[in-house]
Amino acid sequence: MYGLGVLKGFGVTLKNFVRKPFTVQYPEERSVQHPRFRGQEFVWYEDRCTGCASCAKYCPLGIIRIVTDPDGGHEQEGGDYKVEVFDIDQGRCMYCGLCVEACPYDALHMGSTFEGATTRREDLVITMEVLNERPKHPSTWFRPQLEQQAVDPFGGAPVDSGDAGREAYRWHPKRSEDAPGGAGK
Amino acid sequence: MTLRTEPVVVSIGPHHPSTHGVFRMRLTFDGENIIDAEPVIGYLHRGTEKLAEERQYTQVITLTDRLDYVSSMTSNQAFVLSCEKLIGLEVPDRGMYLRVIASELQRIVSHLIGVGFFLQELGGFGGTALMYAFRERERILDLFEMLCGARITVSYSRIGGVFADAPADFWPALRRVLDDMPGYTDELEALVFESEIVQSRTKGVSPIDPVLAVNASLTGPVLRASGVAWDWRKAAPYDVYDRVDFDVPVGANGDNYDRFWVRIQEVRQSLRIVEQCIEQIEPGPVRATDAMLFRPPPGDSYVPTESPKGELGFYLVSDGSIAPYRCHVRAPSFINLSLFKEMLVGWKLADAIVSLGSLDFNMGEVDR
Repeated sequence: MYGLGVLKGFGVTLKNFVRKPFTVQYPEERSVQHPRFRGQEFVWYEDRCTGCASCAKYCPLGIIRIVTDPDGGHEQEGGDYKVEVFDIDQGRCMYCGLCVEACPYDALHMGSTFEGATTRREDLVITMEVLNERPKHPSTWFRPQLEQQAVDPFGGAPVDSGDAGREAYRWHPKRSEDAPGGAGK
Repeated sequence: MTLRTEPVVVSIGPHHPSTHGVFRMRLTFDGENIIDAEPVIGYLHRGTEKLAEERQYTQVITLTDRLDYVSSMTSNQAFVLSCEKLIGLEVPDRGMYLRVIASELQRIVSHLIGVGFFLQELGGFGGTALMYAFRERERILDLFEMLCGARITVSYSRIGGVFADAPADFWPALRRVLDDMPGYTDELEALVFESEIVQSRTKGVSPIDPVLAVNASLTGPVLRASGVAWDWRKAAPYDVYDRVDFDVPVGANGDNYDRFWVRIQEVRQSLRIVEQCIEQIEPGPVRATDAMLFRPPPGDSYVPTESPKGELGFYLVSDGSIAPYRCHVRAPSFINLSLFKEMLVGWKLADAIVSLGSLDFNMGEVDR
């Protein structure tokens, strides 16, 4: 019968008319992100960072700026380097996470938020001070050790720098014995 | 008394609800009939191929996300396959299965968007089918977020596999999606393809002759709708496509209706492939090497893959350095546009919009 297909289509729309809504009313309700979510608010642990600049080299856009002082007396890597500047220009960041993947010391982690709108471009450049002040809620992206600890970046407890690393890092041969989680422990 | 008439040139786009991205159609009308059609492209040119020349192989993966932004997984896969051939890497089984699962889910997403926009482009139906399609798409994008932390720009594949294994809660979530998808596909088919109004608007409109289609290098659903059963997953299986069983749906007339019908049938075949992959996948490593920096030997490589839009391949030339010397993208969307004029001339304005949509191209890939 001609018109049966149209009626069938109306049947589908009728079925969907009584179905529970799938949408979320955003500012009031929020959908749930997975812990691997690659978001803003990078988490950076100053005491884990050696200033090796692997992240800056692997960034496809070159937006990470690192300045190190060779005589800084930093404890790690034989006590040579101190990180003086660690800027991430989030205005150009595409959140691919390659910097996090490249970090050999698990010092840099992806963040978990997505509401980083500012009114000025300069505010999008996040500096060392901003990174240090932030509560540490790292995403579990490319961090299997955080996944094993069941870290919840959305409302869970902040992660201490000693718990953020892979096992191999705790046994780093160059790390001094009395450092937290050092080879002597 | 006779009225003086003359052809009218109408420019549709570059910003128009019917154009897929910033695309401009320059149509010449005689009354309501199209007598000449010219695609004007280049508004979204970002120089991806040139940018790839100054980036390391791993960094180029992030650029391939942005080529065809509704099917990033397949773009990632095509690029890393070409890199692996260049370097000579063997990928572990589990990595290949995860890549195929992700790619097939991405194919479902891409075809859902293609079919969802179908009614939108016919006009009058509003966004009903589109919103239904987007609802299912959203659930698959949530799966991608579990896998790799992003929904659109995924960067999931790595040279030598995938970046990490799927989390434990991925598999039950995938199961729920797979259980619901066939029902939704039936719904979409009942809503769109069985409707007599849609059939009378699209059957027999803008047919593409199979010989012409092959000569114009058309690939993907556009070619298969014309009756040519050509699929790179069957012709030269990559990853684990030789271990799974699936059919290649083929249209009969090559008209607008068939081009969309083939897509919705491919969604069913993709579901079949994912089901088989879940049965066959075994625990193991997912990545051949943790290295991020590669120095492939001088040479070139090309691996044709079947993206949702057609044959997608990356022709890479290495000079032995850490970045490709040349990276050419064989973009299916761009080449499928080559029969634009032949499709449109002789038909009316209202059909032009649907014919354009039936090519299901993506401007990110056309302009690169």
